Amino acid sequence: MAHSNWAEWIYLGVVTALLIYVGAEAWNVERIIDHAPADAEIIIVTGQQWFWTFEHEDGTKEVGELHLKKDHAYKFEVTSIDVNHDFNIPEFVVLMDAIPGRINTVWFSPNEAGEFEIQCREYCGLIHYNMRAKLYVEDV
Amino acid sequence: MVLELARPRPIWQIMFSTHHTDVGLLYLVFSLLAMFVGGAMAIALRVELFAPGAQLIQDAMTYNRLFTAHGTTMIFLFLLPSAAAVGNYLVPIMVRYKDMAYPKLNAIAFWMIPPAAALVWLGMADFGWYANPPYSVISAPAPAAEMWIFGLKVLGVSSILSSINFVVTILKCKHPDLSLGKVPLLAWSFLTSSIIVLAAMPTFAAALLMLLTDRLGVSGFFNPAVGGDPIAYQHLFWFTFHPEVYVLVIPAIGMMYEIIPRFSRRPIFSHSSGVAAFIILALVSFASWAHHMFATGMSFTEKTVFMVGTLAAVPASAMHVFNFLATMWNGRIKFATPMMFAVGGIALFFAAGAGGVVNTAMPLDFITHDSYWVVGHFHLFVFGTIAFGTIGFVYYLFPYITGRMYNEKWGVVHFILAFVGACITFFTQHILGLFGMPRRIYDYPEIDAWISMNQLVSVGAMIILVGMVIFLGNMIYSMAKGKPANLEDPFGLGGKYYYPFAQRNPQHGEGGY
Ligand code: HEM
Ligand SMILES: [Cu+2]
Ligand SMILES: [Cu+2]
Repeated sequence: MAHSNWAEWIYLGVVTALLIYVGAEAWNVERIIDHAPADAEIIIVTGQQWFWTFEHEDGTKEVGELHLKKDHAYKFEVTSIDVNHDFNIPEFVVLMDAIPGRINTVWFSPNEAGEFEIQCREYCGLIHYNMRAKLYVEDV
Repeated sequence: MVLELARPRPIWQIMFSTHHTDVGLLYLVFSLLAMFVGGAMAIALRVELFAPGAQLIQDAMTYNRLFTAHGTTMIFLFLLPSAAAVGNYLVPIMVRYKDMAYPKLNAIAFWMIPPAAALVWLGMADFGWYANPPYSVISAPAPAAEMWIFGLKVLGVSSILSSINFVVTILKCKHPDLSLGKVPLLAWSFLTSSIIVLAAMPTFAAALLMLLTDRLGVSGFFNPAVGGDPIAYQHLFWFTFHPEVYVLVIPAIGMMYEIIPRFSRRPIFSHSSGVAAFIILALVSFASWAHHMFATGMSFTEKTVFMVGTLAAVPASAMHVFNFLATMWNGRIKFATPMMFAVGGIALFFAAGAGGVVNTAMPLDFITHDSYWVVGHFHLFVFGTIAFGTIGFVYYLFPYITGRMYNEKWGVVHFILAFVGACITFFTQHILGLFGMPRRIYDYPEIDAWISMNQLVSVGAMIILVGMVIFLGNMIYSMAKGKPANLEDPFGLGGKYYYPFAQRNPQHGEGGY
C-alpha cells in the first residue's frame, strides 16, 4: 500500500491509553466502594408490585418511607417477592436490582440531611412509573 | 439495477420473485414502512411525556405496550430488514455473482418477516423489548406475550437464514479473480455481521423457548417461585443481544464505507484497516454482554472482566472513525444528501461510543443504568448512527432503484432536521438520566428540571418527525416526477469508482436491466 499508517497507530495508541486510564480509575474507585464498612447498620429492602418495604435491624418496618440518620453507614439487603425491581436513591447514587430469590447488597452513608426520592429503576409492570418512596435523613 | 418505475411490472411479479434486487426492494419497502409505524409509536410516547399527567395516552398499560412495540419494531422490523435490503442489492454485485447463493431461501427469509410483524403488532406485549423474567413469566398478559415470543422466534430464524445466505454468497460464490481481501468493505460488513448472527442468535432462540415453557408452567427455568433463576435469562439474552447491536451497526458502517470514499472522490484510506476492524469487532462483541447487568448483584471480579471486555471493543470502532476522517482529508468532497447523513452519522457514532465508555466504567454505570441516559446512549447508535447510515444509503440507491433523482434541496433539509432533532432529543436524554429520571415510565412527578428537559426532548422528536415527513414526501414525489437520473453517474462525481450497476434482472425481459 502506498500510504503509511503511522498516524493511525499514534491515534490508536492515544485512544488505548485513554481507555486504560478510564478502566484503571473505574477499577480503583469500584474496589473501594464495593465493601461496606463493618459497622454499617443493615436495612432489609423488599420490592413488590408496586411499593417498597424497609425493615430495620431492630425489627421495625416502614412502608413507602425510610428514616435514616445523617453520617451513619447503612447496608441495604435488597430483594423482591414478585418480579425484578431496582432500588434507587438517585441523590446518593444508590442503585441495586431487587431480584426475587436473591439478596443483593449496596451501602451508603448519607452526608446531607433532608427529604429525598426513592424510586424503582427497573421496569416492573403497570405502576412501575409510580413505585416511589421517601427517604428522610435526620440530623442528630 | 432495477428500474422498477421506468419499466413497470405487476406487483405480484416482484412479490414472487427470488431475484436479489427484487427481494432487496421488498426488504426496503417493508423496512421503511416499519420505520414509519415505529416512528408513529415514538411520537405518541413523546407527546405523552411532554408534561406530567395523562396527555395523549390514558393508561399506563397502553404506554407500556407502545414502548415495547416501538423498540421491537425499530430493531427487528426496520434496522435488520433495511440492512438486509442493502445487502441484497449490493453484495451479489460486489462479489460479482448473478444472485444470492440460495435465491429461494432468500425470498423465504423475507416472507417470514411480515407474519412475525403481524404477531408483534397485533399482540402488543408490554414487557419491553428484552422480556425480562420473572415479569414476562408470571405477570405479562396473554396472549400478547406468547405472540411476541412466537414473532421473535420467527424473526430469529429469518435472520439466521439470511445470514447463512450472505456468508455462502460471499465466501463461496465470489468471482474466482476476486480475492477475499479485495472484497469491498460493504460486503465485508455483511460477512462479519452475518457470522455474528450465526454465533449469537441460537442462544436467544433457546431462551425464548424456555420463556415460553415457563409461561406454560411446564418448566421453571427463570421462575424463582419454583427454583429458577431470572438472571440466567439476562445472561442468555445479552449474550445474543450485545453482539446483535454490532450486527446492526456493522452494516451501517459498511454503507458509510461505500458512500464516504465515493463522495470524497478518493479511495478508502485503508481497506485492510477496515477489514481488520470488522473482524476484531465481531470477535470482541462476545466479550462484553454482562455490561448490561452490573446492577444485578455481580461480584467485583465479574464486573471488572466485563468492563475490560467492553473497553476492548472501542479501539476497533475508533479505527473505523479514523479511516473515514483520513479518507475525507484532502478529498474533493461533495456534500450531497447521502454524504451528509454518513458524516453526521460518524459524528453521532463518536458521541455514542464516548457515552458507552461512561456506561461501562463500573461506578459510573450506577448513575446511568436504567435511566434516560441509557435511552440517549443507544438512540445515538440506533438512530444517530445506524438509521443515519441507512437513510443516507436509501438516498444513494434511489436513482438506481427508480431511475430518477430525489430532490436534493429537500434531502438537505431532511438531513438538517434529523441531525438537529437527534442532538436535541438524545443529548438531552443523557442529561435527564443524570438527573435521575428512570426509563420506561408512563408518568413522572412534577420536578421542574424533569419537566423542562422532557419538553425539550419532545420538541426534538417533533423536529425529527418533520424531517421524516419531508423524506416520505420527497421519495413519493420524486419516484413519479423526479428528474431522470444519469445512471452512469447520478451524483456527478466523475464516475470513476462506480461498480457495474447494470446487473440484469431476468424478469425485466430482453434488453432490460
Ligand atoms: C463503544 C461501544 C459501546 C459501548 C462501550 C457500550 C456500552 C454500553 C453499556 C455499558 C450499556 C449498559 C448501560 C446500562 O444499562 O447501564 C449499554 C447499553 C446499551 N447499548 Fe451500548 N455500548 C456500545 C455500543 C453500542 C452499539 C453499537 C449499540 C447499538 C447499535 C448499543 C446499544 C445499546 C443498547 C440497546 C443498550 C441498552 C439496552 C437496554 O437496556 O435495553 N451500544 N451500552
Ligand atoms: Cu419498577
Ligand atoms: Cu451491550
